[in-house]
Amino acid sequence: MGVQRRQTLTRVVTIAAVIYIFVWSAAGVSVDFARIKRGLPAVGRIVNTMFPPDWSMAKVALEGMLQSFYIAVLGTTIGSVLAIPLGFFAARNVAVYRFLSIFGKQVLNAIRTFPELILAVFFVASYGPGPMAGLMAVGVHSTGMMGKLYADIIEGIDRGPVEALVSAGANSFEVVRYSILPQVIPEFIATSLYRFEINMRAASTLGLVGAGGIGVLLLQALQFRRWPIVGMALIIIVVAVTIIDYASAFIRKRIV
Amino acid sequence: MISLSPQSSMRKALKTVGVFALAIFYLVCAKQTGFSFRLMWEGMPSFVKLLGDMTPPNWSILNRIFPAFVETIQIAILGTTFGAVLALPLIALSSGNINRNKFSYLFFKTLMNLVRTIPELLYAAVLVAAVGFGPFAGVLALAVFSMSIIAKLTSESVEAIDPGPTEALAACGANKAENIVYAVVPQVLPVFVSYFLYVLEINIRVSTVLGLVGAGGIGQLLKTYLDLFRYQNASTVIIATFVFVVLIDQLSTRLRARLI
Repeated sequence: MGVQRRQTLTRVVTIAAVIYIFVWSAAGVSVDFARIKRGLPAVGRIVNTMFPPDWSMAKVALEGMLQSFYIAVLGTTIGSVLAIPLGFFAARNVAVYRFLSIFGKQVLNAIRTFPELILAVFFVASYGPGPMAGLMAVGVHSTGMMGKLYADIIEGIDRGPVEALVSAGANSFEVVRYSILPQVIPEFIATSLYRFEINMRAASTLGLVGAGGIGVLLLQALQFRRWPIVGMALIIIVVAVTIIDYASAFIRKRIV
Repeated sequence: MISLSPQSSMRKALKTVGVFALAIFYLVCAKQTGFSFRLMWEGMPSFVKLLGDMTPPNWSILNRIFPAFVETIQIAILGTTFGAVLALPLIALSSGNINRNKFSYLFFKTLMNLVRTIPELLYAAVLVAAVGFGPFAGVLALAVFSMSIIAKLTSESVEAIDPGPTEALAACGANKAENIVYAVVPQVLPVFVSYFLYVLEINIRVSTVLGLVGAGGIGQLLKTYLDLFRYQNASTVIIATFVFVVLIDQLSTRLRARLI
């Protein structure tokens, strides 16, 4: 009986707390029923004007999407190359000193914490607007993300081949080349492909801060309220991202 | 000298072609984006200058930063909650073992997948243009995106539930609603809550940058300072965001360790 009553009490308190947090949030950002009632029809009207899309802009939108694709490719490549030394540096089982591994992990954490968009704002401010700023932002952020994942992969390797090579008298270069790399390369590639899917999405938003790709077209269309062009850009993004997702998942399944 | 078997020389040729194709592909990428290592190098001084302009951070604006973080969290909480509520009917509609109508099942499953392909920030940008600047656009953007993730993940869990209780209830003559309430919900509720928290964490992170497209939160403050070239204020906001994200990370790791 006592246990049951306590359970009911916990449940009531939890529900009350959740409701309180919700009301506190709604009041804080002044979202109420009136706002929703006014807002939703406005959204509905705009979605209606987006479709049918402006097909005459299909070519421009496709070019923008292609640029996003190139940004994602180069950004992912920069990230996956830079992440290899950082990953080895941060992996506990291959680090020379333990504090180096901890330090490496913290560096990667720090890089990861900056969202691409904030990085993009900086690169736009220093490199000028355009895809170059976008791909640097994607590259730096991916380095942090993939460096951590690479380190996890390296930490998860099978010790057998390493010990076999060491006992056969291999030097540390040979150990890395013949026992660690063959184990981790397929997973590195799969990780990079997965990151590439995420970067495709990032590269299509970066244009909103001026860093190239289809986001630039979208931003202009939004500023001039050309909703059919917005619709066109969104359709291209949905199609492109879906195709990339499926292609990448297909390749990943075959590698690992 | 060992003679190469035809198969291995064929492999070698394929490899060469592959490497060439990859090189050409990268050259196209570099040309189309205007990427070059020289440009990267030449931009460095202005990047360093920018960092110089940002130091020292202006700590006197911390009292303005705090309310912006509160708003950021509120946007994330509201967006995730609305998303979770909107997801409820969609979970039922996109679970194969609840929605037996194959056509509507496929329709909703595909719809959820398509909604998910558009990043939150694009939703936010469109919604800012539709309902005006401010946190409301951010809340709506997060709601749409959270709805699709929660619906997708939970419907997969619903499809994987133990059919035993459902069959037992059906055998007793329970109707569909009773079946969902007494057999499905108890099984997936814990998973649903954990997905909710997972999406909430993502949304808190996203809502720190929503403001860059005008959808409220701390990002709005950052954008204002950047637009006014107040770089010392901007760097304070960035450092604070950094600390904030690290704290959220730690908190969620702790919470998850306790819940599981």
